Amino acid sequence: MTAVGADQRQQMAYVATQAADARLNVEIETEGMTLNIGPQHPATHGTLRLVARLDGEQVVEAEPIMGYMHRGYEKLAEVRTYPQVTTLINRIDWLGSFANEVPFILAAEKLMEVEAPPRAQWIRTALFELSRIANITLFLGDMAVQLGALTPVFMAFRDREFVLNQIEAATGGRFHPNFDRIGGLKDDLPQGWIDDTKQAMEKMRDFCDEFEELVLGNEIFQARSRGIGIVPAEVGLAYGLSGANIRASGVDWDLRRDGHEALAYDQVDWKVWTHPDGDSFARYWVRLQETREATHIVDQLLDGLPSGPIMAKVPRIIKVPAGEAYAATENPLGEMGYYVVSKGDLVPFRVKIRSASFSNISITPWLLKGVYVPDIITILASLYFILGDIDR
Amino acid sequence: MGLVESGKMPAPLTKLLNIGRKYSLWMYQWGLACCAIEMGAVIGSPRYDVMRLGVIPFPASPRQADLVVISGTVTDKMVPSILRLYQQMPDPKYVISMGSCANCGGPYWDSYSVTKGVDQIIPVDVYVPGCPPRPEALLEGIVLLQERIMNEDPAARWRGDPIVVD
Ligand code: SF4
Repeated sequence: MTAVGADQRQQMAYVATQAADARLNVEIETEGMTLNIGPQHPATHGTLRLVARLDGEQVVEAEPIMGYMHRGYEKLAEVRTYPQVTTLINRIDWLGSFANEVPFILAAEKLMEVEAPPRAQWIRTALFELSRIANITLFLGDMAVQLGALTPVFMAFRDREFVLNQIEAATGGRFHPNFDRIGGLKDDLPQGWIDDTKQAMEKMRDFCDEFEELVLGNEIFQARSRGIGIVPAEVGLAYGLSGANIRASGVDWDLRRDGHEALAYDQVDWKVWTHPDGDSFARYWVRLQETREATHIVDQLLDGLPSGPIMAKVPRIIKVPAGEAYAATENPLGEMGYYVVSKGDLVPFRVKIRSASFSNISITPWLLKGVYVPDIITILASLYFILGDIDR
Repeated sequence: MGLVESGKMPAPLTKLLNIGRKYSLWMYQWGLACCAIEMGAVIGSPRYDVMRLGVIPFPASPRQADLVVISGTVTDKMVPSILRLYQQMPDPKYVISMGSCANCGGPYWDSYSVTKGVDQIIPVDVYVPGCPPRPEALLEGIVLLQERIMNEDPAARWRGDPIVVD
């Protein structure tokens, strides 16, 4: 046996410490964990289920599981007549119901080669914007509540009533108006509605100003949303994001301005808001500005409302000639389109619905990779989806 | 066996107990679709304000709730969760079904994926009709439920149904 030399001993000591370090490493290595959010969770706006695999506080991968609100719209639309379909599609994006009807009616009008009279188009556009305001105000309160501020959601519910009252006064339905007809609208506006609506718009502008200070100016809100969930413009476009989500990434694209549907947006003076950052804060900011812009659009539309009939000449029993048509509009959540195939029958042969939330949510696995657990909530809230719009 | 379950409670005490139960309903909200927003208006909007009826929203878990409001479209995929929710609630428990969808399927009466009424899986105490019901309608449903609680014999409710675990 030879004596152990000094350098050899040193080497062994080194190996021993290495081994000890390795043991230590094994001990503090965080275990993987699967976190299930939903299917009923306030942060998922309904019934989205999210399965996230975590490593400590970080998300390794997250997968949205949908279908808890699948009601089979595309199949049901095949057994409903055209006027009945509008009743049904009100309920896709339930916060902005009127906005859901418009693209379908426009597609059907394309097939029938009728066009709504100007007055109907203007009122349609005004109601469209009102439903946008009713929809997005709730988002403005809701995202704040998910970041821990409870008051904004009460204020959103309170002030949203002003808009819902106006929608109800004009259409008879607080939530699901079912007011659009092929070739025009069901009724004209009631007396005094225009003045009342202008007052309501005044109140909504106050609401927006208040939120700009209360929420956007809040330090905690900024700390929790700035730089969280950044969507670069190319990635957003590749995933098919639309609406405020893509405008918050600096893409200047809005179907109200860039689309070719028969609505009155080209008659009024308004602006498309974009934000270069692409983070959660930017998405909130863009939506807030859009709400304010929508109140201005409504004001201008009501000022310049043309007179005339509100219904074009259409047969009582609607039979749509054979053919196919696609119409898309900029709904509160993003691009919503209907591809209607008709075989000349009372019912559509096939209706394909392109809804905004379905594409908006598809980016979550990419976006949630590597974020921390509290940021999941921020990102989900700021992407703003509605379950009915995802599952249909 | 406690005094309540045995059914030997004196009548004035029963009345007192019922008043107490009636005005401290912890309401668990199971919002599924459009109706959930109207339920949200009932809870969150100062214009409707359910708390003045003695109903307390947002319990932390169904295990602390007396009342569950099923509002919205119940799909077949959702049924197991609702069943589990109901089984988790302690007796006595009440169910309000809000909206045509939860009552009977509503506009999706011929859909392949929608359950035609939540009463196919759990017992319902009050049906609130409408699509969606106005917030006032849900408030009335709650008032009706409170009337029912006032007039019922607590012993029957306390024993509860045996929980079947499948
Ligand atoms: S009853 Fe009507 S409003 Fe309520 S969830 Fe069903 S479709 Fe929506």
